[in-house]
Amino acid sequence: MARLNINGRVVDIAVEDDTPLLWAIREQVGLTGTKYGCGVAQCGACTVHVDGVATRSCSTPVSALDENQKIVTIEGLSPDGSHPLQRAWVALDVPQCGYCQSGMIMAAAALLAANPKPSDADIRGEITNICRCGTYNRVQAAIKQAAGGNQANG
Amino acid sequence: MNQIASLNRRGFLQVSAALGAFTLGIRVPEAVAQGAAQGAASPEVNAWVVVKPDDSIIIRIARSEMGQGTLTGLAQLVAEELNADWSKVSTEYPTPGQNLARNRAWGNMSTGGSRGIRESHDVVRKGGAAARMMLVEAAARGWGVPVSECRAANSTITHQPSGRTTTYGKVAEAAARLTPPTDMPLRDPKDWTIAGKPLPRLDTVDKTNGKQIYGADLTLPGMLNAAIRDCPVFGGKVASFDAAKVAGMPGVKKVVQVGETAVAVIADTWWRAKTALDALPITWDNGPNAQVSSASIAEVLKAGLEAPEAAIGNRAGDARAAIASAAKRVEAVYGYPFQNHATMEPMNATALWTPERCEVWTPTQNGEAALAAASEAAGLPPAKCEVYKIHLGGGFGRRGAVHDWVRQAVEIAKQMPGTPVKLLWSREEDMLHGRYHPITQCKLTGALDAAGNLTGLAMRISGQSIVAGIFPQNIRDGRDPVVFQGLSPGGEEGAFGYAIPNILIDHAMRNPHVPPGFWRGVNLNQNAVYVECFMDELAHAAGRDPLEFRRALLKNSPKHLAVLNAVAERGGWGQPAPEGRARGLAQIMGFGSYVAACAEVSVSPAGELTIHKITAATDPGHAVNPQQIAAQVEGSFVYGLSAALHGECTVAEGRIEQENFDTYPVMRMAEMPAVEAILMPSGGFWGGVGEPTIAVAAPAVLNAIFAATGKRVRQLPLKHADLRRA
Repeated sequence: MARLNINGRVVDIAVEDDTPLLWAIREQVGLTGTKYGCGVAQCGACTVHVDGVATRSCSTPVSALDENQKIVTIEGLSPDGSHPLQRAWVALDVPQCGYCQSGMIMAAAALLAANPKPSDADIRGEITNICRCGTYNRVQAAIKQAAGGNQANG
Repeated sequence: MNQIASLNRRGFLQVSAALGAFTLGIRVPEAVAQGAAQGAASPEVNAWVVVKPDDSIIIRIARSEMGQGTLTGLAQLVAEELNADWSKVSTEYPTPGQNLARNRAWGNMSTGGSRGIRESHDVVRKGGAAARMMLVEAAARGWGVPVSECRAANSTITHQPSGRTTTYGKVAEAAARLTPPTDMPLRDPKDWTIAGKPLPRLDTVDKTNGKQIYGADLTLPGMLNAAIRDCPVFGGKVASFDAAKVAGMPGVKKVVQVGETAVAVIADTWWRAKTALDALPITWDNGPNAQVSSASIAEVLKAGLEAPEAAIGNRAGDARAAIASAAKRVEAVYGYPFQNHATMEPMNATALWTPERCEVWTPTQNGEAALAAASEAAGLPPAKCEVYKIHLGGGFGRRGAVHDWVRQAVEIAKQMPGTPVKLLWSREEDMLHGRYHPITQCKLTGALDAAGNLTGLAMRISGQSIVAGIFPQNIRDGRDPVVFQGLSPGGEEGAFGYAIPNILIDHAMRNPHVPPGFWRGVNLNQNAVYVECFMDELAHAAGRDPLEFRRALLKNSPKHLAVLNAVAERGGWGQPAPEGRARGLAQIMGFGSYVAACAEVSVSPAGELTIHKITAATDPGHAVNPQQIAAQVEGSFVYGLSAALHGECTVAEGRIEQENFDTYPVMRMAEMPAVEAILMPSGGFWGGVGEPTIAVAAPAVLNAIFAATGKRVRQLPLKHADLRRA
């Protein structure tokens, strides 16, 4: 049993302690925007925020978390898809198959929260998620665009 | 709105009741099941076009969307001829079962070989044109005026003499009752207003907010989950397993054997199924291939390089004689490894089986092939089966020709009659049971005369045939024509551009036990490495500039030459490169398009490679969506460079050694070069864009590495090469 705060809601989840956060989110909470890609923290498709930090949920057991830690998934990033990154993603038509994009956006959102004006080198160093369709250059451009459009908050 | 009303079947009603068809991402054609639209609330004007009373338009797409943008591109072609208001257009998939029931009204559903647009442009444009003609005719009849006085634009029909107007939505029901036209003149692409434009994709928003549903995300009421392990050694099978050991684990419902080779655990959740599977004692009978290794496969291929028997792909003059009398002879052997598609979403399918009916929900590149696989596994005729295509988390060829995961899902569901079961492969299962990029070696021998002209070329490919592995019935006289992609003497698919008086390109088929598959770019990938790197070697041996050397040989191939010239010019060929950088070129034709690349790289004294920039040119004939073509070209380099830099599956004791991204690395953002995509559609033909440029990525980079270091890398992937300067 785990008690978690997901997207601002505290939920009790009946799972074994070693269940990865990813599978609790997908199978018990029913939020499927967070994806399974590798299960070993390599690909980043499962990236969520834990207290604002980009976290690979496939390798984070629920026992490592409690209700005081704020977990945010792609569904909770903004109420209506209006996060500057989401707007930039749409403006630049970033996704191809789209499977990795939730994780990409969550990784990028954590980067911008910590570093509102990242350089290209910052982005390339920090965003280590795998995309097999090959959206990297548009991801990079969209992060730059979102950062540029976010100056008032920067 | 109710997309499922006409499909009066349990599975769909459940899906609808639980989640709503739209949130599932499954849109089942509402009029499809009836075969016609009489009296329907939302008339099907024809198989391709549904117009609703509110003027919204649904365009049916037979091919699968896996990221390549075909939903948008094909819809643009229909909408162009339909004179549709693009802002009102959405898309849906007809099901394979309905295609079957309606005498294949939507034609081929296979989505591979960069054929989505190039193979169906004609039929979808005619579908759009026919629907427009019927809508106009319906309006004209309603007004009692000649059709010739009416014009359609932007989903509105105008009677020109009187200025009266109506909309598609208002006349769609009447249009649907008309006899379809048989002669549908199509617009000249130069007059396009919707097609040919860099329109945004129709499917982007849901991919930015987590709403897009993939096969792995599917949930049906009462559904159970399965995790599977197939014998890691190809050709092996299950000897025994001890189900009692895991029967009491949390959530476990059943442990089942799947065919002769696999075992699955069915549980309430996938994580519990996988946890129990990991704990399940399984003994394998590893079968006849348990001693095969990468080294033993390499020996077999090496022998094929010298074998007397080979199937000929391209022959002119007498290459052997030219080589024997050459002033200078150049020889090199190249090799290309097994590679996994590694789609981000592992293979999965959800199946619901009863003795009367079998339904499967799965991401597939070929719904009809998935239906055939489901039918066979279910032991039911195709008419009693159905496949619902779910959005793909990557395809790249893995989800096309072979539906092994669908068979497994159905075989599992058969052991839980009446209960939907979702089978999801772990990444490890996906890596161990791929349909791998074929392994080949290639020996090339070139003959140069005293003036440095190329007078002869012999090219012996030894290794695996995808066709022999998947469609053996298509092998004729031991010859697999697909092996020669990009090397053929002519044809629309991939013509060899170089004019060489004496040429012999042949293939000694050597098929290891590792199953091959169509892998984005297919055989063009290694063929481009072999030819284009060797062209560089020949130019070097002849003391010629690699661009000039190629230009002379491409004098009879103006389209090949044009893309090569374009990348040379934009890539700065012939001008000094920035300090420490060097450039390489490659060109080839494949999948109906002409492509070339100029790569700019640097190599540090420690041997570390940086790919700074790739300039790529594509002539696909007609360009349906330029910004999507640019996205495909950028993406193709991630796929192609991942393969060139890292991609390798090795074999030990009959099985693949790499099980996840830690041992099968792929390119990440930090390695990604800048890409400049030059689109130069010359018109008059329809080429593919999803694959061709993959092939020029590796040779352009390898040639640039030679220019930077003087080192020829002839065995991929590059991660094994020592690039420190000698």
